[in-house]
Amino acid sequence: MKGFRAAGRRLTRQDFLLLSAGAGAGLAVAGCGGGSTGVQSTGDGGKTYKGPKVNVAFWNGFTGGDGPFMGELVKEFSSQNKKINVSMNTVDWAVYYQKVPSAVSTGEGPDVGIMHADQLGTNAARGVVIPLDDVANALGLKESGFAPLVWNAGLYNNQRYGIPLDIHPLGFYYNKGLMEKAGLDPNNPPQTRDDYEAALEEMKGAGIEGHWMSPLLFTGGLTWMSVLWQLGGDLYNEDASKATFNSDAGVEALTWIVDVVKKGYSPKDVGEDAEFVAFQNGDNAFMWNGIWNINPLKEVKGLEWGVAPLPQIGTENAAWAGSHQFVIMNKQPLDENKVQASKVFINWISQKSIEWAKAGQIPARNSVRESQEFKSLEEQATLAKQVPYVHFVPAVPGIAEVGLTTYEPAVNEAVLLKTEPKAALDAAASRADKLLEENRQKYQA
Amino acid sequence: MATQGIEQPHVQQPPGRKPSGSGRKPTDASPLTPFVFLAPYLLLFLIFIVIPAVFGIWISLHTWDPLLPAKPWVGLQNYTDLFASNSTTAGPFWNSMEATGKFTLYSVPLLVVIPLVIALILNQQIRGIQFFRAMYFAPYVLGVAVIGILWRFLLDPNIGLVNYYLGVLGLEKVPWITALPWAWVSLVGVTVWWTLGFNAVIYLAGLQDIDPELYNAAKVDGANRWQRFVNVTIPGLRPVFVFVVTVTILASANMFGQSYIITQGAPGEETTTAIIYIAETGLRQFNMGAAAAMSYMLALALLIVSVVNFAVFRNRGD
Repeated sequence: MKGFRAAGRRLTRQDFLLLSAGAGAGLAVAGCGGGSTGVQSTGDGGKTYKGPKVNVAFWNGFTGGDGPFMGELVKEFSSQNKKINVSMNTVDWAVYYQKVPSAVSTGEGPDVGIMHADQLGTNAARGVVIPLDDVANALGLKESGFAPLVWNAGLYNNQRYGIPLDIHPLGFYYNKGLMEKAGLDPNNPPQTRDDYEAALEEMKGAGIEGHWMSPLLFTGGLTWMSVLWQLGGDLYNEDASKATFNSDAGVEALTWIVDVVKKGYSPKDVGEDAEFVAFQNGDNAFMWNGIWNINPLKEVKGLEWGVAPLPQIGTENAAWAGSHQFVIMNKQPLDENKVQASKVFINWISQKSIEWAKAGQIPARNSVRESQEFKSLEEQATLAKQVPYVHFVPAVPGIAEVGLTTYEPAVNEAVLLKTEPKAALDAAASRADKLLEENRQKYQA
Repeated sequence: MATQGIEQPHVQQPPGRKPSGSGRKPTDASPLTPFVFLAPYLLLFLIFIVIPAVFGIWISLHTWDPLLPAKPWVGLQNYTDLFASNSTTAGPFWNSMEATGKFTLYSVPLLVVIPLVIALILNQQIRGIQFFRAMYFAPYVLGVAVIGILWRFLLDPNIGLVNYYLGVLGLEKVPWITALPWAWVSLVGVTVWWTLGFNAVIYLAGLQDIDPELYNAAKVDGANRWQRFVNVTIPGLRPVFVFVVTVTILASANMFGQSYIITQGAPGEETTTAIIYIAETGLRQFNMGAAAAMSYMLALALLIVSVVNFAVFRNRGD
């Protein structure tokens, strides 16, 4: 995809047709084998593997600091299970969600993988992944063993497609040195709206731009969602058939974010990842960013920082979060041995989720989250306090792409001070309503 | 089909050749020969261009998600939606077409003129000229991902090197990638830097093809440098111009990576080009029908531009 321009040099318009139509044709041919999700479940749901030696392909998008942790777990699993050889392949998430469906439908690609909660509905509806109710039953996984939100996120049409691995919420990172410089108590980060705004004002007085506000989904969009939920609003209505993100709560949340820029607490025109780079460099005091940044920040020498739950800007506590879930691919024809081996693998990693927590994640299992070992992971345990009130983007088919052309550009234009928050969100919401309706028709048929 | 020609007794001879009766000399080319030479390419052309292009039309007449069993026929709706103000595709599509048009308009003149100037300089007999030729061409060998990430960091408004040095000089920060018109300045600038070497090499080859006798003759007639450039160089490069302009327009109209990586289509969706939106529609929303329809609209637009382009150059050539 990213090579279009380079290739374009030697291309004619016919070749261009190839790029667009050919991609469609390839996928369409690939699509002939897909669609059937009625998989007969055999075996014991993943307790043991008794078949012949088997190779299992495991794909994920852990391109950051979390990749090596998963790699170690995979190695350990393979050394303990001589009959199951798991090979891990890591690709960028955006590419992953494009490649996996077409690969799987031709019988290629991964046997087992990871998907985000908000992608599960789409991939279940498109027949990319198979139901895993038998795994959950055989392993005795029950709702009571998980945070309710993360447990329900694995369901689509009352069937389980995802075995929850983790929860990764937005957290509040603060630079202790800059707080001290501004005369604030570095061990007492602001947790209320009044305190937070006062702290930003103090820092402005000390010549520090306290909270770099990104105009992109990561992290400005996630910040906006969190404040929206804190104000009692929601992105969509109950069954995700209508957009509600332009409600008073949505507009107020976006206005608050834009004011951070307007009042001079953030520089204008923050670029991709600039808020993170500035935080690393000691130029940005407060950053609302994902839990996955814990390890990268620990590696920055001389940076004194802490992490806390998001400050409560609205009337209740809330924070954006995502969840990684294990899935088994609907690779036709299904190889029962590979499916069974994949289930054993999922079960094993799920029980090892304390190791995964060290990569900068919160385990989905209550037992692991409440263990002494997890509580000793100071930063992770601090952000785990948010688990009772985190929010996910709902797992309705096609939902992740609705945001792409609606609230993402709306937040972008507002934070870049191009459009007023209400006007931007209203236009985005009416477009989102139509997309939701199109998705409903498409996936219902 | 074409192969039937062999068995036919009356093979038509190329003009100017003496009719040789019913037989063929062993040295004569078989009428099959051109087709045998063409076959490998024709096969690829058929499989990778003709069939997908026709199949694409079929896709564009459906609501088509390759992985869903139901692909309902919608007739021309994917096309009419592009002209209906209340559809989900019309607004973003024409917005992206406008972005593509703007980029083409801004980048093509620069990519036609600047490489010519550089080619003229590189055509001089200077010591170490090969080094400079390589230098100007060097960025072109890099992939778009490399130059994209490189420039995204260099041009970052707050943490980028470019604004840092502007600050050292006491100048204001420039929102290179987050506001208009700067985002276009950056995208066009980066593209010119990246690809001018290609056009320069084409020009250079064209320049070296011009007969030095013509310059000598012009000199003898008393033409100065400028007159020699206008009356010898420019006419000598005409076929090269046609090629460079055509290829540059098509390449610019297919711009994808620079916006995708450097500005991510922002601010808002201002720098989201047609290819980005088509790719998002087809490959992220899995709405292949609409994406295929958009592709044909873009192809049609490029076809018109190409026809106009050829017509303009042909008239001048007469």
